[in-house]
Amino acid sequence: MPVSRTADDLPEWRRRTTAGDFAVWGAWLAGLALTVACFEFISGRTIWAFVWDAPTQGADLVQRMFPPAWTYADVLWKPMWDTINIATLGTLLAIAIGFPMAFLAAHNTTPSVLFVRPVMLFLIVSSRSINSLIWALILVIVFGPGMLAGILAIGLRSVGFIAKLTYEAIEEIDRTQVEAVTATGASNPQVLAWAIVPQIMPAFAGISVFRWDINIREATVLGLVGAGGIGMQLQASINTLAWPQVTMIFILILGTVVVSEWVSARVRHAVI
Amino acid sequence: MSATAFDAAAAARAWRPPPLIASPLLRYAIYGGALLYALLAVGTLEVNWARAAEGLERGARFIAGFFPPDFVTKRHDIMEGLMESLTMTVVSTVIGVALSIPVAVGAARNLAPLPIYLFCRAIIAISRTFQEIIIAIVFVAMVGFGPLAGMLTLSFATIGFMAKLIAEDIEDIAEEQAEAVRATGASWFQLLAWGILPQVKPRLIGLSAYRLDINFRESAVLGLVGAGGIGDTLNTAFDRYEFDTAAAILIVIIAIVLAAEYSSSWIRRKVQ
Repeated sequence: MPVSRTADDLPEWRRRTTAGDFAVWGAWLAGLALTVACFEFISGRTIWAFVWDAPTQGADLVQRMFPPAWTYADVLWKPMWDTINIATLGTLLAIAIGFPMAFLAAHNTTPSVLFVRPVMLFLIVSSRSINSLIWALILVIVFGPGMLAGILAIGLRSVGFIAKLTYEAIEEIDRTQVEAVTATGASNPQVLAWAIVPQIMPAFAGISVFRWDINIREATVLGLVGAGGIGMQLQASINTLAWPQVTMIFILILGTVVVSEWVSARVRHAVI
Repeated sequence: MSATAFDAAAAARAWRPPPLIASPLLRYAIYGGALLYALLAVGTLEVNWARAAEGLERGARFIAGFFPPDFVTKRHDIMEGLMESLTMTVVSTVIGVALSIPVAVGAARNLAPLPIYLFCRAIIAISRTFQEIIIAIVFVAMVGFGPLAGMLTLSFATIGFMAKLIAEDIEDIAEEQAEAVRATGASWFQLLAWGILPQVKPRLIGLSAYRLDINFRESAVLGLVGAGGIGDTLNTAFDRYEFDTAAAILIVIIAIVLAAEYSSSWIRRKVQ
């Protein structure tokens, strides 16, 4: 126990030994130095005159953004509907692909730990590493601008998410139920259907709705790269510096995200 | 009566698993609503199938353009973008975490009075609702193009994420320890340092590591709206049809995301 002596030779408890103190202090110093060095790098690539100007620019921006162009909302309902569809259909696509993938990836249900599981894990990781905007960027080049690229981008990004969380749920199931069903003489598909799927259904429903909620947010910006939805309007309004329209779009996005988060929280609360 | 004959009465009495949604009215309402929605969504889907079909052949050429990935020709641009992304990630995580701690304390109902609680919850809500990309658009408009805008964006997004989860953790602490510290006559700051911090520290470290990982992923797309980072380089590569360079950048992103993910999950396992 780290104890030091006070001036009149009484033992005094300390939190760390002297060496420990130095180690902690050194770690903080190293972290701080790294941060400062990184900031130095960013600062070198910044035109500070623009930054000092930021309060003025910000005030100017706010002034131009208000009042919102309320009438512009009439044009936005269709893109907003498209955005919700991109998110929902993309999520459904991801569920359709991700659900079976999860069973192939979980090490207690996979047909082959040596061959199938690594392939599935690789697919899951690649899907998860690439942001849906980058997926959209690629898919827009392939399929042309529009909703199809958006749906596929959302789907491809979400497959990894859904499959990863679902296979983790499958690996954490209660073995005794599987044993009980196996003991009745059930075949493998029957064990899957009666012992494993019922156990993961609540988690799976929660994961899917959670991902749908995230996808609504992501779908609002996919249009920036041409993949459909309200982001297209956002891009057009920013390019023409129509800031009151941008505010209107922000308000609509805010409303939609709040509602989708509420729905997702309610559903997750109900099933878990 | 043969054993194999279908016995309707027995089949009707056979046990079935309870459905996921217990109330039949709600269940059929949800099924019906889902069906109606699916019809509406697919009905209003605007997909140019001719263009999409053409896309398959185009996609094959596109994928072919990816090979072999070209790391060399644009290595300066790639390094530059990568450095921007990495420095942006480090600085924004440090700033974001540092700022999120006071917000988290303010957003914990067991520590903060109601007005402060509501104020901090409002900050969290704003930071979490908008996509990073949308916040980046505003910051780019304010401080100009470059990694500083990206850094500010990620710091802002980090505050919402960290503060929400840490506040929940503070609300879940064991009250006895806080009470024991309070009973020694500790001031409010001493209570934080000795009663609360030790309880939330593992989660704080784990979440910071996780957020570092997320910030890198996000920094890879902020470049699409001019906020610096590797996304900028990637976007330029796509715009110039340098698909081999784009492939190299994607590989670099995936590799770093993988490394970040493994080290962050290692840190989380260590501290939790």
